[in-house]
Amino acid sequence: MSTLRAFKKNPDDLGFIGKIGYYIVLILGALVSVFPFYWMFVVATNDKGAVFHVPPLLTLGDQFFDNFKRVLEKADFFQALGNSLFVSSMVTISVVFFCTLAGYAFAKYEFPFKNILFYFVIATLFVPQQLGVLPTYVIMAKLHWIDSFKALIVPAMVNAFGIFWMRQYISTAVHTELIEAGRIDGGGHFRIFWNIAIPVITPAMATLGILNFMTVWNDFFWPLVVLKNKEHFTIQIALQQLFTTRDGLDYGMIMSATFTATLPLLIVFLLFSRWVIAGLTSGAIKS
Amino acid sequence: MAEPVLTSPHAESKRPFLTEQRRSRITAYTFISPFFILFSIFGLYPIFFTIYLSFFKWDALGPMKFVGLKNYDLVTSDPTFWISFTNTLIMGLMGTVPQIILALLLAVLLHSGMTKFKKTFRILYFMPNITSIVAVTLVFSTLFGNNGMINWLLNGLGLDSMAFNSGWWGVKIAISTMVMWRWTGYNAIIFLSGLQSIPVDLYEAARIDGANRRQQLTFITLPLLRPFIVFVTLLSTIGALQLFTEPYVFLGQSGTGSTRQEGITMVTYLYSEAFRNGFFGTAAATAVLLFVVTIIFSLLNMLVSSRMGGDTGGGKA
Repeated sequence: MSTLRAFKKNPDDLGFIGKIGYYIVLILGALVSVFPFYWMFVVATNDKGAVFHVPPLLTLGDQFFDNFKRVLEKADFFQALGNSLFVSSMVTISVVFFCTLAGYAFAKYEFPFKNILFYFVIATLFVPQQLGVLPTYVIMAKLHWIDSFKALIVPAMVNAFGIFWMRQYISTAVHTELIEAGRIDGGGHFRIFWNIAIPVITPAMATLGILNFMTVWNDFFWPLVVLKNKEHFTIQIALQQLFTTRDGLDYGMIMSATFTATLPLLIVFLLFSRWVIAGLTSGAIKS
Repeated sequence: MAEPVLTSPHAESKRPFLTEQRRSRITAYTFISPFFILFSIFGLYPIFFTIYLSFFKWDALGPMKFVGLKNYDLVTSDPTFWISFTNTLIMGLMGTVPQIILALLLAVLLHSGMTKFKKTFRILYFMPNITSIVAVTLVFSTLFGNNGMINWLLNGLGLDSMAFNSGWWGVKIAISTMVMWRWTGYNAIIFLSGLQSIPVDLYEAARIDGANRRQQLTFITLPLLRPFIVFVTLLSTIGALQLFTEPYVFLGQSGTGSTRQEGITMVTYLYSEAFRNGFFGTAAATAVLLFVVTIIFSLLNMLVSSRMGGDTGGGKA
């Protein structure tokens, strides 16, 4: 703090020591954020004993494929990966379509109770899903959807966040004059939505798609409740199943699977980070 | 809400009573109806049915038997329930409070405009949040092993090793750390966007009036950041009360160990009552209690923040 006072003329200048301290904290934070990813890869590429090596081993090894081979012996890893890909894709396509439709209606139509209904949508964002898990399970049992992907896909087909996100974007990105012009030309409501609105809002739809895909891909609680059979497991359940002491914890094996399951999301995130961050933090910023 | 089902957007009739305005309203209701239909079935109905279910004895298969308040009696006289309750609160506090303070600090540092690498830091800080909780838990379970890196670091600092996967506090520290790791950066980015929304001329005016850095922080930054802090705290609190995956996976190594007392949370208790023991009635009672606790904490949150708001509001005027 004394350095602060010394440079009162320009408060943004912290002085040499201040600057070093500033960067140390920021870089330390970044290291803590990134290290577990690196560590995951370190354990995945070294042999079984490496994980509890003293002092900790920090270099990459060449055992990745051996470790991964043991994953394939223990679990239908690629089946689980495929299941997750299928479920996440289906949910994402549906969420993007229905949320865009609803967001468009909230942004560009006038109808009775519009604001109340929209606030209701927002309010549902704060209701934790776990609370309704028992009746939802019973519904699924009645529909004979237990242990089926339908139980994962159908309840997730449209969500409040997506509606909120699309409404925000459509309000500013789609000009009302364009819609009116389309209507004067005699276009139907859905046609105007499809031909005039959609082309303008694809970036927001893509962002929603990525975010939603990640959420579904990472989901654990609900798949754990409804999936019973090994061949239906999603990737998160398959990972959790590998984590067992039955024949000693084989961390090299576990981490090679975890790394493989995390890598696709990491790549997508790094490619689209600006959009993903904007999307994931938008809830707070706009409300 | 019955209207939209009757007419699809394509079925546009030219009959005079379907005016342009009416048609556009029906279209709008149709467009928003999927959410309300799905939410009524999988969101609203389950909440009410959970309350109803909490008065019955039921194993999800046979007939339901009305038992009045007996489920609540059973749950509240079960010591494990109270352990899960205290665990949830302790881990909630340990995971949330330091996390929000740290996130604020990081956001202020990132915002100060000194670094040219702001975008890079933003991406790095955000990375933990895209990882699945299962992956986070698995990675941290290696770091928190008995001979893991954290204990190695503790020993290096001259401290004793901690039993992170079995000790009463060890488990809680490990799980809170996982929660913190996944969410601190996310919250920091939210706070950063909040900071960026504060007009720069406010600071310039304060500087001309001779306000130092700390005064600027307490009289401009924190009050204007308040809505963001309230939002983040509310979401973190609700999230903390629903804690499940971390303890379930972290302590679940032996298949049945996930309900171990050091790390059992309210949702874990609910899950094991329903899906392990088949007591849907007591599980429903637990869900209702959890719902009540969630509402109480959310209201408490808003009460505290509105009081804070009263103070700063007075200060501004």
